[in-house]
Amino acid sequence: MTPRRTTRQDAGDNPPPDRSAPGPGPGARDAVVVGGNRIPFARAGGAYAGVSNQEMLTAALDGLVARFGLQGEVLGEVAAGAVMKHSKDFNLVRESVLGSALDPRTPAYDLQQACATGLEATIAVANKIRLGQVESGVAGGVDTISDAPIAVSPGLRRALLAAGNAKTFQQRLKAFASVRTSDLKPDAPRVDEPRTGLSMGEHQAVTTARWGVTREAQDELALASHQHLAAAYEAGFFDDLVTPFRGLARDNNLRSDTSLEKLAALRPVYGKTLAGTTPSMTAGNSTPLTDGASTVLLASREWAAERSLPVLAKVVDADTAAVDFVHGDEGLLMAPAYAVPRLLARNGLTLDDIDFFEIHEAFASTVLTTLAAWEDDTFGRERLGLDGAFGTVDRARLNVVGSSVAAGHPFAATGGRIVATAAKLVAQRAAETGRPARALISVCAAGGLGVAAILESA
Amino acid sequence: MTDTYLKLVNAGSTKTLAKKLGLPRPAVLRRFVPGQPLVVGPTLVLGSADHGAPRDATDAVARLLVAWGLDVRRDPAQLEDGARWGAVVVVLTEVETPTDLSSALLALGSTLRTLAPSGRVVTLSRAATESDVPAVAAARHGVDGALRSLAKELRGGATGNGIVLGPDLAGTDGLGVPSVAAALRFFLSAKSAFVDGQLVTVGSSAGTVPSDDAGWGAPLAGKVAVVTGAARGIGAQIARVLARDGATVVCVDVPPAGDALAKVANAVRGTALQLDITADDAGTRILDHAVGRHGRLDIVVHNAGITRDKLLANMTSDTWDPVLAVNITAQLRMNEQLLASGRLADAPRIVSLASTSGIAGNRGQTNYAASKAGVIGMARATAPLMAPLGGTVNAVAPGFIETEMTAKIPAVTRQVARRLNALQQGGLPVDVAETIAFLASPAAGGINGEVVRVCGQNLVGR
Repeated sequence: MTPRRTTRQDAGDNPPPDRSAPGPGPGARDAVVVGGNRIPFARAGGAYAGVSNQEMLTAALDGLVARFGLQGEVLGEVAAGAVMKHSKDFNLVRESVLGSALDPRTPAYDLQQACATGLEATIAVANKIRLGQVESGVAGGVDTISDAPIAVSPGLRRALLAAGNAKTFQQRLKAFASVRTSDLKPDAPRVDEPRTGLSMGEHQAVTTARWGVTREAQDELALASHQHLAAAYEAGFFDDLVTPFRGLARDNNLRSDTSLEKLAALRPVYGKTLAGTTPSMTAGNSTPLTDGASTVLLASREWAAERSLPVLAKVVDADTAAVDFVHGDEGLLMAPAYAVPRLLARNGLTLDDIDFFEIHEAFASTVLTTLAAWEDDTFGRERLGLDGAFGTVDRARLNVVGSSVAAGHPFAATGGRIVATAAKLVAQRAAETGRPARALISVCAAGGLGVAAILESA
Repeated sequence: MTDTYLKLVNAGSTKTLAKKLGLPRPAVLRRFVPGQPLVVGPTLVLGSADHGAPRDATDAVARLLVAWGLDVRRDPAQLEDGARWGAVVVVLTEVETPTDLSSALLALGSTLRTLAPSGRVVTLSRAATESDVPAVAAARHGVDGALRSLAKELRGGATGNGIVLGPDLAGTDGLGVPSVAAALRFFLSAKSAFVDGQLVTVGSSAGTVPSDDAGWGAPLAGKVAVVTGAARGIGAQIARVLARDGATVVCVDVPPAGDALAKVANAVRGTALQLDITADDAGTRILDHAVGRHGRLDIVVHNAGITRDKLLANMTSDTWDPVLAVNITAQLRMNEQLLASGRLADAPRIVSLASTSGIAGNRGQTNYAASKAGVIGMARATAPLMAPLGGTVNAVAPGFIETEMTAKIPAVTRQVARRLNALQQGGLPVDVAETIAFLASPAAGGINGEVVRVCGQNLVGR
């Protein structure tokens, strides 16, 4: 496959025929999900205030080790990452492994793909397993807003570096003389898009308006997220997916008692300046800033069988798309709308073949604009290169145990949460029906990125 | 959780002061450390028949102790000047009338002033039954009273415990019986530090003893054990001791305790299972996990328990029901599922946590005492169901144990509570754990339906 240069004309429009070769290639074998573990997600500045990424990731790893009896085990690798990261955490994942109950000879590396970090880590580890490069691995992610790095301004940073290099007192004085008062203001971390200066919410507000997604539809989806997550906790669904941390046993953003009335009472926070539109995105139907960590244990079937470990699902295939939201006319968070059709086509599947849709709720409207695009004839023809609309997602199969609006969204940790959840869902369904079950995972990310993956009961 | 008083009366100037004032001075108990000698100092073996025939049983005990590498003596006079007895074993299996008790017990009495700190007195006798000749029954049951009384007289952390041969072992001298050897070893060892004034009945010849020292060092090798309530306190310590003895441990606790549970599971290299034991299918899920992950299930320790103390006059269903649900109903349901499954390993072991509150009663704990006395009833009635599998079920009743729970008792009440036993101190979670590990071991197969108290011989109750 030749790399295509994305131009304004084909903004985000990558037609399906570009990538063929479905499933494992010659000699490839299955990579399976054994299980997962995460700590409860906590609203920023709350339960995990002052707790570092390393502490959270180590706790998530240790919970995984305890669940599966991996103490002293040398795993093939641990791949994880964080979006908000201190420079001292250059080897965050390796340091977390060293602090965990795993054998210290387990290799590790950091990777980062904004909110898709956890899912991309899963794909990376799964692919190595499929190629036979490793037998087992952990994929994960962690993020904290409560312990986020705060940098000094570029001006002060240049002065500090120059002073560090200075050989004489005069040179040092000169270096500091260049500092202006405005340089003393700390550079707080931002989640704004560097190329547009717009926050993710403002970007999504444009997309929301374009697809005419209503406030009511968003609130309904948000309510369903809370209700589903609460019901799943009550049913014990998360008993083997979550290990408490720092006094928190459940995600503390979860509002099991919320209602459409309460959600309707919230004031919009995004899209207030968009001309000719009614702002509809509120704190209730958007994800809050969140702290948390998640991990997923992946393995070859042989490795799992040797240790009598369960096998929940196999990683069938995955696809990453990107859209041109800077110069093109596609929305920042719409890349999954392209990745999913391409991924399903490559595997000979349609939306009807999917039992569980796990579409990350960056905002309730992200899910709704994606579903709207798939149901749209023009989008199907012009953007996806299909004969018409891509199809309709059965809402009864969507985020059935809740998603990010209720659970929260510690950026890099969301992928691991979803993969472990989806793997358990398909395993349960297959056990009930005796037939294979499939889950489709879709995660949008900053920078116009979107990652999708298919899990199948195994 | 620290007993400051115990520290003060055992060190420095406060020790001298306590001595002069005649204050009670609880001893620092010798506790088990792998590799330590079984008994420190010579062991004296006394028999009721020393002054006539037969001496078979006494000889057999002496030979067994020699095989364990102990320095065995047969005469109280065989003690070097300044030396102290590490242990005295009194064989009373052949007593026929109460007058037969005198020679051995008086000989024992002559040794007590030279018993070492944390020394041991162990009696071996037969159970009195309704079919015995009255004089025989009187003699046999007389041992109980003598043992319990002398245990209260011992000082310096020494303990007195008894092994009773059940009616089914009438034809044996007891020493070929695995559980008699195992109980003798347990009572002699530092593992029974806080077990005092207890008589344990060995009912059958079931069980297997390790063939060598390495075997005694890892009695649970190859076994898979489940411990409920393993996240903290006594449960966490049980998990550690079972793992030390060679078992693979499945640590179970409610999901909200999962973080502490994971730490315990990782420390013992076992697995963590977050599970509310009051769930209808808890027994099945425990079996599925143990058999699925570890290939078998040998040992179940029902440790999980809660308290909701109230005077009965103030009790409501909110404080009564959960205590019964967790402490006894859940255990009954799990046992039913375990037994019906047919998936337990051969010679399975169930050990359930009772409490001295369930024996002697405790003001403000009608709910708790009902549940814990219930555990004792359950253990006795489940024993015959386990026997056909070569299995056992027993209850362990802790007295005052130094835990996070008892640390919350008001200071004065706590000080009083921990002195109200013959050892004048609270026990440690490890003391309970050691007793459970003993009952869970293959050698304890002949001990079934028993209640063993780990209470330092609490002054109330049996």
